[in-house]
Amino acid sequence: MKVAVLGATKGMGRALARRMAQRGDAVALLGRDRGDLERSARDLEVRGGARVGTAVCDLERPETFAPALEEAETALGGLDAVVVTAGLFATQERLEADPELARRLLLVDFTNTVAFCEEARRRLLARGGGTLCVFSSVAGERGRKPVVLYGAAKAGLTRYLEGLDHRFRAAGLRTVCVKPGFVRTSMTDGLPAPPFAGEPEGVARRVLRAIDAGTPVVYAPGAWRWVMLVIRLLPRFVMRRVGF
Amino acid sequence: MLSGWGRVPVPGREVRSEDLEALTRDAVLCRGLGRSYGDSSLPPPGRPVVAGTPLADRILAFEGATGRLRAEAGFSLFDLNRIFLARGFCAPVAPGTQFITLGGMVAADVHGKNHHRDGCFGRHVSRLRMRVADGTIVECSPEHECDLFRATLGGMGLTGHILEVECRLTPIPSPWIWRESERIADIDRFIEALKEAGPRWPYTMGWIDCLSRGRSLGRGILMRGRWAERAEAPPDPPRPKSRPAIPFVFPGWVISRASVRAFNALYYHRHRPGVERGIVHPESFLYPLDVIRHWNRMYGPRGFTQYQCVLPDTAGHGAARRFLELLTSRGGASMLCVIKDCGDEGPGLLSFPLKGISIALDIPIRDDTQSLVDALNELVIAEGGRIYLAKDAFTRPDHFRAMEPRLPEWTRIRRHWDPQGQLRSAQSVRMLGDRP
Repeated sequence: MKVAVLGATKGMGRALARRMAQRGDAVALLGRDRGDLERSARDLEVRGGARVGTAVCDLERPETFAPALEEAETALGGLDAVVVTAGLFATQERLEADPELARRLLLVDFTNTVAFCEEARRRLLARGGGTLCVFSSVAGERGRKPVVLYGAAKAGLTRYLEGLDHRFRAAGLRTVCVKPGFVRTSMTDGLPAPPFAGEPEGVARRVLRAIDAGTPVVYAPGAWRWVMLVIRLLPRFVMRRVGF
Repeated sequence: MLSGWGRVPVPGREVRSEDLEALTRDAVLCRGLGRSYGDSSLPPPGRPVVAGTPLADRILAFEGATGRLRAEAGFSLFDLNRIFLARGFCAPVAPGTQFITLGGMVAADVHGKNHHRDGCFGRHVSRLRMRVADGTIVECSPEHECDLFRATLGGMGLTGHILEVECRLTPIPSPWIWRESERIADIDRFIEALKEAGPRWPYTMGWIDCLSRGRSLGRGILMRGRWAERAEAPPDPPRPKSRPAIPFVFPGWVISRASVRAFNALYYHRHRPGVERGIVHPESFLYPLDVIRHWNRMYGPRGFTQYQCVLPDTAGHGAARRFLELLTSRGGASMLCVIKDCGDEGPGLLSFPLKGISIALDIPIRDDTQSLVDALNELVIAEGGRIYLAKDAFTRPDHFRAMEPRLPEWTRIRRHWDPQGQLRSAQSVRMLGDRP
């Protein structure tokens, strides 16, 4: 598989890219910092043995999307899959206190992520299809007190991916929407870990299986599927009372 | 709260990030996987946040021709084994656990079953990238900024934050181990057997029953091993082992004198008299304790400490016997008592081993633990030996000074690089007189 990963230098993206490189996939890393990308590329090359490409791409700068994907496609000699794990996260309290950060988060996690996906979709469809795997979140399942803004952006992203899947699967575009629950990464560092918290390596294993199978929606760790099923069924007046 | 492997907590918290350079900008201390037993990886009371390195775990370069590896400080020995054993390389030293990071291996200048032959980890480190106290980033090696380099090997992370480590891996013929084990009747014969095996075997170590007394004082099992030749090894690489966990903290009475005595007797007699030999999984030989996750929960809610000392050959053959006699007379019960012959002292200025016999034992924390450690330390000082900082939680500052003639030189170099004493740990506050 020839795959471009946006956000592969950290957290779940790093774990996923390592898994792909180790099994022999050709990987191109997309991210903001050229130096950081190069270091991650060397890491993957030692772990997997194949040459790893890099391209600068910043979710805050939409003008980088098309050139970065073009560079990745050239470096890999084709493109079978695009993975997006990048995104912004901040606690609800911080976002309420900093409207500029809130605006940035909504822009990055929804508008610009969708714009990037649109670019990836066009390229994959032009090649006859492929897989677009995007990390949304369980935070988008219900409107909840601790993730009002972040959850809203992810809810929008989830719906977009669902629509994309319905519209283009027949044409060969397989959309995989990943909904991670709480995973111990640098993004969640310092937050109290709930039960069923996962590790990036476990998530990567699950997501790679989903990419191979073309599963449209995947919860990771798996237990969150059932946790969210319960939360989705809770009546509104209960959600208003509980803290999560 | 944050604790070492001995599970004695102090107020504190760990912050982790992939970006170790940013994380260490004004950090007081780095912490790897938290496997040092005592308070070496714990923050000082006044600055309760440590920089956790395990997410900074990228391999930066590897040369198959020479075995030269460069990686970020959080890269673990577990990952190193997983990636490189199958490619014909192993780590240059074989410590007791693989759940440690390269940075921690440098900071504690770890040693292992091959110390008699290959020395400490520091001997195989060719370069370090560090963030020193004034915020600048320095590369040091045996040739460049060699004082900083020597003081950092075994310097418990107090001379600067280790960001990247370059070392040489050792080529191996196969990823399997040929092991021989032998039941030995008492401590004197044990030491003879260790010294005898040393020239012929790269890996040697022994487990001793430190509750047996009289004629069978220090009886135990001697382990000798080497990497299996390709012709004698199974064709497939070893599969990853499953690791059951101890699910909760055992009540304090589980580890008692009676249970330890029973365990030790069983362990000793399960081995038939004489020698057993064969090919084994590398993990069961190199890291037998890693087979059970959270085994430190076994020692109950008060936790435990490990006491490890080295008794120099110059103290004579009887030193280990005198140590065990003192231990048994004080009723020190240890399930795990490991004995190992060490080779020459390495370049690390505070590095633990010296030519002699190292003894390591787990001591469940009781009301009299401090006085037991004091008594053991007094004997070690009288014999001209010293203790291992990565295990320690109880040694008194005056005892440590008496053991460490190298301390003034190390302190001079540390002060040169960190005049204000910004980098410190709970251990350095307790033992080296750093400000809290």
